[in-house]
Amino acid sequence: MQEAVRNNVLWIVFGATLSVVFGLLIAVLADRSRFENIAKSLIFLPMAISMVGAGVIWNFVYEIKDAASPQIGLLNALWVAVGGQPQAWTAQLQPWNNLFLIVILIWLQTGYAMVLFSAAIKGIPGELLEAARVDGATEVQTFFKIMIPYIMGTIVTVSTTIIIFTLKIFDVVQVMTGGQFGTHVIATQFYRQYFTNRNFGYGSAIAIVLLIAVIPVMVYNLKQFGERRAF
Amino acid sequence: MSSVTFDKMTKRYGDVTAVSDLSLEVKDKEFLVLVGPSGCGKSTALRCLAGLEEISDGHIRIGDRVVNDVPPKDRDIAMVFQSYALYPHMSVYDNMAFGLKLRKTPKSEIDRRVHEAAQILGIEQYLDRKPKALSGGQRQRVALGRAIVREPSVFLLDEPLSNLDAKLRVQTRAEISKLHQRLGTTFIYVTHDQVEAMTMADRIVVIKDGVLQQVDSPQNLYDHPVNIFVAGFIGSPSMNFFDATLTGDAKEMYVDTGTFRLRLSDEQAQKVAGSLGKEVVFGIRPEDINSPDYLPADVKGVRAPATVDLTEMMGSEIYVYLTAGNDKNFIARIDPRAAYHVGEKVEILFNLDSIHLFDRETEKSLLV
Repeated sequence: MQEAVRNNVLWIVFGATLSVVFGLLIAVLADRSRFENIAKSLIFLPMAISMVGAGVIWNFVYEIKDAASPQIGLLNALWVAVGGQPQAWTAQLQPWNNLFLIVILIWLQTGYAMVLFSAAIKGIPGELLEAARVDGATEVQTFFKIMIPYIMGTIVTVSTTIIIFTLKIFDVVQVMTGGQFGTHVIATQFYRQYFTNRNFGYGSAIAIVLLIAVIPVMVYNLKQFGERRAF
Repeated sequence: MSSVTFDKMTKRYGDVTAVSDLSLEVKDKEFLVLVGPSGCGKSTALRCLAGLEEISDGHIRIGDRVVNDVPPKDRDIAMVFQSYALYPHMSVYDNMAFGLKLRKTPKSEIDRRVHEAAQILGIEQYLDRKPKALSGGQRQRVALGRAIVREPSVFLLDEPLSNLDAKLRVQTRAEISKLHQRLGTTFIYVTHDQVEAMTMADRIVVIKDGVLQQVDSPQNLYDHPVNIFVAGFIGSPSMNFFDATLTGDAKEMYVDTGTFRLRLSDEQAQKVAGSLGKEVVFGIRPEDINSPDYLPADVKGVRAPATVDLTEMMGSEIYVYLTAGNDKNFIARIDPRAAYHVGEKVEILFNLDSIHLFDRETEKSLLV
């Protein structure tokens, strides 16, 4: 159970943070690009894939064959091509193998974050950014001192939504490793205890813990909505 | 403190030319107003000067320095935007101090300048507030303050009053004029409101479709417009225009509108002699049409019949909407004692000293 909690923390620290950072970065860069629509569509596309589907796709990416056979997994094919030995990516380097699963979440959630950030950035009045330019701000200063504070509400909403999503993460882990190799998270532990081991009491307790963990984030999110009169 | 020079500046967006071949000299410490209808290119010209738009051709100089490729922050300008563009997450103090902080001005100096500007603008008690806790007029002052603390050599103001209500606009108009006198800096002000232009400017620049029409002092612009556009744009209610023909001979020349005929003075006749027999546009301002019974002193005029369509009582004067002959409508500003009634046939009197004549083809004034 400790392992599951630790992994969930990893999921939040890396998964949620990187989804938000990449989403913001792509939204800002795409906003100035001629290829904005194509770029955004490509990034958003994975959102349409179910978690289980994404798990199957990434299972192929991480696939390992014995050293004598051709590697059909993308990552191992590349790795072998540059002279490495085939690796069981999701099984070794525990607990950092979790990162290989977290990449899937980032792949799925960056598009969601990007779309909301993109809308928020387009909502920043042009004159505000021009005023900053006249005031002497560089592009980077404008980004950190004007744009980020202006869209802070959206950043908080997106972050909390992804954090809640990450706390409840289940499908990806279940499909990729089934919780083996130190990749269990709270939700997979719940499933294992309740349905596989028939430990109904323990399973229920885990579910309640998960619920309690989500509550503070949810409350903060609702408060934010309230302040911005989204309700 | 600096002069500003536009030298054959052109700004194109693709195939559209927003500003065409603008040449203009703004003197040091001058209050120059760019005025024109929406989309005429006046704001574009200002934005080019600010460095927010790149120019397509020509040069812009601030002082002696060509600033074509100089970024906005290094042009030594400050700009007040129409929407004020205050940073919503910063307090009034931080809004004003932002530009100075970026320039690494010492803290004590920032503090001094912000408090000084706040005092000039009467916003000292709001320094800790966020912009959303301020009224429109107060926000406008903060925007001005943000420009003042920078102590720029040129102030650029892009329709700064258009978001204020009518009363506040009049008040702020006067305050900006006072501020200009106090700071002794070059002000370049963009507006579509000709009243603002007339009341504030040392000189007015009239722009239409990206082309400069006339640059002159407010009074000269009003009295001697160079073409029909300027004549119609400056003044409210705007000038009345009649299609007319120049008839008679060199000694006795008449403007014939078909409904009435006005004899030109010898001096006027001399100026327009070349257009004798040609079709012209006759223009007269509403205040130069009088009731014969309540004439200002020294008005020489020609009487003409007209029918009253509508009267608008303004207190100090009446706006009378009149029709002459062949359904030609025009407006007169008449002494309120002349009790005109709707439908009444009246005689009105055109003040001959203040008429305008324009070539119908070129639309240029024949009397300037």
